Amino acid sequence: MVDLTRVWDVLVAGGGNAALSAAITARRAGASVLLLEHAPRSMRGGNSRHTRNLRALHPAPTEVLTESYLEDEYWDDLLRVTGGKTDEHLARMCIRASQHAPDFLKSCGVVFQPSLSGTLSLSRTNAFFLGGGKALVNALYRTAEQLGIGILYDTEVQHIEVQDGFATEAIISHHGFPERVRFKALIASAGGFQANRDWLRKYWGDAADNFQIRGTPYAQGRLLRDLLDQGVQEVGDPTQFHAVANDARAPMEDGGLAMRLDCVPFAVVVNRDVVRFYDEGEDVWPKRYAIWGRLIAQQPGQVAFAVTDSKALHNYLPSVFPPYKANSIAELAGMAGIDAGKLEKVIADYNAAVRPGTFQPMKPDDCRTEGLTPPKSHWARLIDTPPYYCHPLKPGITFTFLGVKVSDRARIIMADGKPSANMFASGEIMAGNILGQGYLAGFGMTIGTVFGRLAGEEAARNVRN
Amino acid sequence: MLPENETTAEARRHMAVCNSCRYCESYCAVFPAMTMRREFSTGDLTHLANLCHGCKGCYHACQYAPPHEFGINLPVTFAEIRAQSYAHYAWPRAMGTLFERNGTVVTLAAALGVTLVLLLTMALVDPSILYTAQRGEGAFFRVIPMWLMVSLAGGTFGYAIIAMLIGGIRYWREVGGGAPAPGPILDTAVDIITLRNLGGGGHGCNDVDDAFSSQKRWMHQAMFFGFMMCFAATTAGAFYHHILGLRSPHPFFSLPVQLGTWGGMLLCLGTAGLIRLKIITDPVPVAKRLVGGEYAMLSLLFLVSATGLLLLVVRHTGAMGVMLALHLGLVLALFVALPYSKMVHGVYRGLALWRHAREKRSSGMVAAE
Repeated sequence: MVDLTRVWDVLVAGGGNAALSAAITARRAGASVLLLEHAPRSMRGGNSRHTRNLRALHPAPTEVLTESYLEDEYWDDLLRVTGGKTDEHLARMCIRASQHAPDFLKSCGVVFQPSLSGTLSLSRTNAFFLGGGKALVNALYRTAEQLGIGILYDTEVQHIEVQDGFATEAIISHHGFPERVRFKALIASAGGFQANRDWLRKYWGDAADNFQIRGTPYAQGRLLRDLLDQGVQEVGDPTQFHAVANDARAPMEDGGLAMRLDCVPFAVVVNRDVVRFYDEGEDVWPKRYAIWGRLIAQQPGQVAFAVTDSKALHNYLPSVFPPYKANSIAELAGMAGIDAGKLEKVIADYNAAVRPGTFQPMKPDDCRTEGLTPPKSHWARLIDTPPYYCHPLKPGITFTFLGVKVSDRARIIMADGKPSANMFASGEIMAGNILGQGYLAGFGMTIGTVFGRLAGEEAARNVRN
Repeated sequence: MLPENETTAEARRHMAVCNSCRYCESYCAVFPAMTMRREFSTGDLTHLANLCHGCKGCYHACQYAPPHEFGINLPVTFAEIRAQSYAHYAWPRAMGTLFERNGTVVTLAAALGVTLVLLLTMALVDPSILYTAQRGEGAFFRVIPMWLMVSLAGGTFGYAIIAMLIGGIRYWREVGGGAPAPGPILDTAVDIITLRNLGGGGHGCNDVDDAFSSQKRWMHQAMFFGFMMCFAATTAGAFYHHILGLRSPHPFFSLPVQLGTWGGMLLCLGTAGLIRLKIITDPVPVAKRLVGGEYAMLSLLFLVSATGLLLLVVRHTGAMGVMLALHLGLVLALFVALPYSKMVHGVYRGLALWRHAREKRSSGMVAAE
């Protein structure tokens, strides 16, 4: 039975990896810890539930990682995806600390799988959780329970009383009932606002109605909004989010990883008006994975259609929902609800521009178009072998970039530049400090674990002093 | 081939999600086997379902498990398909209906077996023998004549073996196993003996809840090796009788009694442990319709071994006669029920593992992408 009348040393708002890493660390340091998770038990864990791995620095092969992955390469990878929109000091600190993240998670009962093929060939840089993120979340909660951390599900932190950078109490909704919780230190790990459609609509208008939220529907950003409104410094572009090409028929929320489609490099992609809008074969899919969501979000109706033929069907992972399938392009267009004549012309023009080459599905090959705008730079083969297939695409949003500013000790920074006396943050709510744009596979879990541990340590130290 | 029905459609829907997600690839053989396919015939689904050891790791790790709208629950779906395949490949075919209310069937077999042996004993020998201490060579056969023991046990066991063999052959042909090749038989034997697929990739499985544990694996091992030791004890007994000319009861430190004693204790431990796990486990990834038959078979095995051990304890007293009749009645029930009970899973699981070992070899375990 969790006592809501006492004063807790540390209140952790959130229930994903970042929250649990913080809670466990603080508890191990001797603090009494209360963790409040908005979701019910069955849906606990925020977006961590949908993750699969974390990116970890390692100077030599480990049980779960091959070869080596050092700071400079890691930093270069981050610099490339963020286009420089990062904080080098925080980023390098996080990268260095990532070396110890797998061992910390192992100490919490998380099991990693031996290095495997992996769908995006990430076994060198990323350690995979056996069974994925939900198994990780299960292990962390189990450890938290064993340590005596108070855990409440169906409990949303709605407001934090902040005076001069000092948080005094929380207003929460526990199974719909209002309660107050007093604490000595706060760790904000309640994620971004990507599931808050009204908030997205502020920047994206009606297009926001067509965005699929890949992860937890509980990422409403309520704590983020509350903290920003109370003088916490903001970081990251509020209008931006990470998004991938999802199946247009996926659930609007919580469809998870399996809804993503990676057929794009092997397809011709048109929008609702049956116009191609971007080079489908620009680079290998792992590098292009994260740009297609944004690209589709900018198209009319936020929808696109990837057209392939039977040659390409086995070059990409099978989709959950079967693609439209027809023996002619015109029939296929009918099934997709787009103009048949235009699609026939797009495919004919594309086929006429395809130059002969040697097809190599796993690396940029010399199959390309000539005289086509936009071009298809690699994997361009004739679309001429029925049956033809069409995958309808919509943007699937993973997370938003807006966050609270933190120090390299995970301490929240106020708008006037002063550190908060007793507020810390970890996870997506502060990931924007390091990830200003773009994404590096598995880096979200790294930030969550590294800053979770830091926040836990610092909060516990704060309470002791 | 298993007919198309709601369950196969549901399994195919599951495969569409799982084959696109693949987070569970390191749990067991099912997922690598799934990755090798894009289309799932009912034969493929039957193969995958029988490959599934019911460790429940995939359920507890699943981001799409209920209450998610996709409601992915492979342990239940595959258990249903397994049960349908047991019924479909039963020999003779009509006996497949016995899998419908299997708990009742196995329980009835046990009750009838015990009753029959008790009645036969009383009808065939002087009833007073049942209640008086019998000592010395051939004591057991004074209670139940050897010809009766051998013909009942041998007949029913022989029938069970033939029925399961025919079932296995039909399964292999229809599911699409291809020409049997001896190649990976060793891998298969290792898989069976070690129950590697109940290891969840080395850390145990989710036999109770989302915590990893090896209880189910160990309890099943105890039951399996206990059963095998009891079988070896019987074989050794026959060898003593027919070749060495030694008549039972054998001394406590003789091979048959030693094998039977330790095997019986392991069997008791394993079956009791598995029953306990079934009671305390999270019920969501469990096919409720099928647990009756499983409880009944585990209980029958437990009673067979428990009465065997009790028989050892009381074999020099007046209680021996009744205990022997009880024990042999239960053994008779076990043999009769064998081809129409959960016990057939050994045949199909073994075949599925064999087929998987072959596929692994021929594909070099390269994923479809």
